[in-house]
Amino acid sequence: MTKSNFTRRGLLKTGTAAGAGLAMPTIFTSKVWGAAHTGFTNAPQGDTVTLGFNVPQSGPYADEGADELRAFQLAVEHLNGEGDGGMMQTFSSKTLEGNGIMGKKVQFVSGDTQTKSDAARASAKSMIEKDGAIMISGGSSSGVAVAVQALCQEAGIIFMAGLTHANDTTGKDKKANGFRHFFNSYMSGAALAPILAKEYGKDRKAYHLTADYNWGYTTEQAIRESTEALGWETVNSVLTPLTQTDFSSYIAPVLNSGADVLVLNHYGGNMVNSLTNAVQFGLREATANGKKFEIVVPLYSELMARGAGKNIAGILGSQNWDWKLENEKGARYTGTNAFVKSFGEKYGFPPSQAAHTCYVQTLLYADAVNRAGSFNPCAVVEALEGFEFDGMGNGPTLYRAEDHQCFKDVVVVRGKENPENEFDLVEIVEVTPVDQVTYPPDHPQFAGGALGECNPGA
Amino acid sequence: MTDHTTDPRTAASARPATASHATETAFLGLGPKDFRLLLIVIALTMLAPFLLNPFPAGSELAQFNAGYPDLMQRFVIFGIFAIGFNILFGLTGYLSFGHAAFLGVGSYAAIWMMKLLTMNVIPAIVLSVIVAGIFALLVGFISLRRSGIYFSILTLAFAQMSYALAYSVLTPITGGETGLQAKINDPRILDPGAGQSLGRANLFGLEMGSSYNLQIGDWSFTFNAGYYLAAIVMLVGFYLAIRLFRSPFGMMLRAVKSNQQRMNYTGLNSRPYTLAAFVISGMYAGLAGGLMVAMDTQVGPERMFWTASGEVVLMTILGGAGTLIGPVLGAGMIKYMENIVSKINDNILHQWFSFLPDGLEDALVAIVYPFIGKGWNLTLGIVFMLVVIFLPGGLVQGGQKVARLFRRNNRKGGGAESEAAKKQPAE
Repeated sequence: MTKSNFTRRGLLKTGTAAGAGLAMPTIFTSKVWGAAHTGFTNAPQGDTVTLGFNVPQSGPYADEGADELRAFQLAVEHLNGEGDGGMMQTFSSKTLEGNGIMGKKVQFVSGDTQTKSDAARASAKSMIEKDGAIMISGGSSSGVAVAVQALCQEAGIIFMAGLTHANDTTGKDKKANGFRHFFNSYMSGAALAPILAKEYGKDRKAYHLTADYNWGYTTEQAIRESTEALGWETVNSVLTPLTQTDFSSYIAPVLNSGADVLVLNHYGGNMVNSLTNAVQFGLREATANGKKFEIVVPLYSELMARGAGKNIAGILGSQNWDWKLENEKGARYTGTNAFVKSFGEKYGFPPSQAAHTCYVQTLLYADAVNRAGSFNPCAVVEALEGFEFDGMGNGPTLYRAEDHQCFKDVVVVRGKENPENEFDLVEIVEVTPVDQVTYPPDHPQFAGGALGECNPGA
Repeated sequence: MTDHTTDPRTAASARPATASHATETAFLGLGPKDFRLLLIVIALTMLAPFLLNPFPAGSELAQFNAGYPDLMQRFVIFGIFAIGFNILFGLTGYLSFGHAAFLGVGSYAAIWMMKLLTMNVIPAIVLSVIVAGIFALLVGFISLRRSGIYFSILTLAFAQMSYALAYSVLTPITGGETGLQAKINDPRILDPGAGQSLGRANLFGLEMGSSYNLQIGDWSFTFNAGYYLAAIVMLVGFYLAIRLFRSPFGMMLRAVKSNQQRMNYTGLNSRPYTLAAFVISGMYAGLAGGLMVAMDTQVGPERMFWTASGEVVLMTILGGAGTLIGPVLGAGMIKYMENIVSKINDNILHQWFSFLPDGLEDALVAIVYPFIGKGWNLTLGIVFMLVVIFLPGGLVQGGQKVARLFRRNNRKGGGAESEAAKKQPAE
C-alpha cells in the first residue's frame, strides 16, 4: 500500500543524493559567482544591461501604466539606436549615441504594480533577484513610488520614479538611491497660487475636498499654504474616502458654506467623479459672495481630462509637462516636439505627462551611467546629483543634490472650452518659472526625512 | 454544509485511524503516515532552491524559474497563512472573509517592533503573533455569535474596517496609503548602530537578505537566509497543524463542521472551540504578517484589503480545504501565477513563437496574450473553475486521482493527506 509513497520518497532520496553529489564539487572547488563580485548588485554581465519597468497594468491607473510602458519601450529603442532618437537629439548632454548604455545593449523586463505597494515590491524584487535589473523605474502613485524606492535603497538599485506627485517621495521618504523627475504638491501650489490670485482675485474663500490619503494631505497643505499666503481664506476642508464614487453629499454643503472656490484635491477616477458631481450641482453657474463660483483641480492629467469630458472646460490646474509646450511657449521647451514626433509616429497619438516623465527618466539614467563610466549605483547617484540639463521638454532643469528632486518650470493649464479632438483637451495658461516653485530642502512640507548613504548593494 | 450525509461515515472511518496513531506513533507524536508527510514537506522546503530552478539561467525556459528569494519566501509565508486559515475553514467550516486583517495587524506590529526596538526579527515576529491573536480574539468573540454567511460578512466587515482605518484614519500609526518602512532616524533602542545607518532585518546579525549563490554548469541556485528562516517557521507551523488535526480538539472542530446544532443539543458549548480555532488561525495569519515584514521591511494597508482575504480562501480551496498539504500547494500555485505568469509580456511571446510564419505567429500571440501578463487573473480564474468543478477536493484530490491510477487494487491505502481530504470535500 505504500508503494507509491515509497517511490515518491525514493525519488526524493535519489534527487537529494544527486543534487548533493552535483553540488559537492562546486562548493569546494570553485569560488562561485566570482565574476559578479564587482562591488554592486546586478552588475551587468556580457554585452547587455537589463532595466526593470514596473508600471500599473491593472487597477485604477492602468491607462497611465500602459502609456508609461509605451514610453519606456520607445526610450529603449532610442538608446539602442533604433528609431529617430527622440529627445537624444535635443538633450544637452551628448553621451548617448544609440549604442545602448556604455556600449551594452539595453534590454528590459516589465511588471505589474497593481497600484499596490506589496504587489509593486514583489514585482520589483523579482526584477532585481531573478532578472538582474540594474535600475527600476515607473509607477503611477506615490504610495507605490515610496515603497519601491525604499526597496531599491535596500537592494542597492537605482530607482527613477515615474508619476508620483506627493511631497513625501522626495520629502520625508526620500532615499539616496531614488530620483524624481516629476513635480510635486508644493510646486503645484506655488505655481497655481499666483495664477489663481490673478484670475480670481486675492479675496477668495476656498473649500477643500481632499482624498483621504497621503497624496491628498500633502496637496491640500501645499495649495492651502500657497493660497493663504496670497490672501485667500480657507473656509473648510473635508476628507473624502478614496473609494467614494458619488460625491453629491460632499458637494451639497459647499454652496452654503460661504466659500466661493472649490478645490478638488482628487486624482484619477476620484477627480472625474467629484468634478462631474460639482458641475451637475450647478457650481459653475453659481455665484457666491458676489463673485462667480470657481473650481480648481491642483493636479491635472490628460487622461483625467478625457474622463471628465466637457465638465473640465475652464477649470484651472497644474501639469508637469504638456505635449503642446514647445509649439505654444517656444524653444525654451525644446525636446518636446522631438519626443511627441517619435511617440506619435510609433503609437499614433501624443504622449501623456506620465509617458514623458518615464521616457526622460530612462534617458537621464542612461546618460548618468555613461557620464559616470560605471553602472555602480553610487557612481550614478554622484553623476545625477546637482546635474543641470536642458532639452528634455521642460526647459533648463536641475536634479538637486539635497533631495533628488528635479526643479523645472511648472505648466498651469485650463480645460479647453471647445476641444478639437480627444488629445487636445487642455490649453496652457502660463508656465510658472522654476524660481517661483523652488523651495529650500528643509521646507516644513518636506521635513522629517534623510537621504542617507547611497547603497551599492552586494 | 452539504456534507452532512457523508460525514458520519467518514468520521467513523477516521476513528480507527486516529486510534492507530496513538498506538503506532512513529516519531514526534505523529503517526507513520503523518510523519512521512512531514518528511516530504521538509525535503520539499529545504530543497526548494533546486526544485524551483529546474531550467538553466540563460535559457528561454528560465522565465519559468521560481527559485529566487522573494518568491520562495512568499511561497512559505503564504503557506503559513493558508495553513492557519485551513485550521478554521477546513476543520470548523467557518468561512472567514477577513483573514487578511490579522495578517496586516501582525505586519504593523512587526514593523513597529523593528522601528522602536531592534531590527532583529525575533521580537517582531513574536509580537506580531501576540497582537494578531488578541485582535482575533476580539473579532472572533463578536463574529462567532453568528455562523454561515453572517459570520463571513461580519469578518469581512471587520477586515474592511481595519483596511479603512489603516488607509486613512490611523495614518499617524500606520503611515496611511504609503505605509511604514524602516527609516534611518528610527529609535531602535536595542540596536547599537541606530540613527546612523539604515538597519536591515536580521537574526542575531544574519541578514535576512543575504544569499549564497551556487553555480553548477548553467544552473544557478540561490540559498537565502530569510527563506530558510521562513521555511523553518513554516515547518514548525505545519507540524503543529498536523498535531492539531489529529488531536481530540481537532476532532471537536470537525464535529462543529459536521453538525454544530447536534453538538449544541447534547449540551456541549461549541463556541469556546470555534473561538480557539479562530484565534489560532488568526495567530498563524499574524505570524505570516510578521514574517513578511522580516523578509521585506515594509507594510502597506492594501495587505488588509478584501481581495487579500479572498486570496487565502482561493488558496485553501484550490489546494484542498481540510487537507494538511493542500493549502500550502494552493498558496504556491497562486503565488507562482501572480509572479511568473504575470511577467510574461508580448515580447516574450513573440520570441517563443518566432519559429512560426509571421501570420501564424501573430495569430497565436493574439490568442495566448489575454491569458498571460496582466491577464494572469483570467488564467487563475479558469484554473480555479476547473478545479472546483472537476476536483472539488482541490489539487490534493487531483494528486490522489493520479496516484490511484497506479494502484487500482489498493484503494484504501493512501497518504495521510488523502485521508484528511476524504473527510472534507470542499464546500
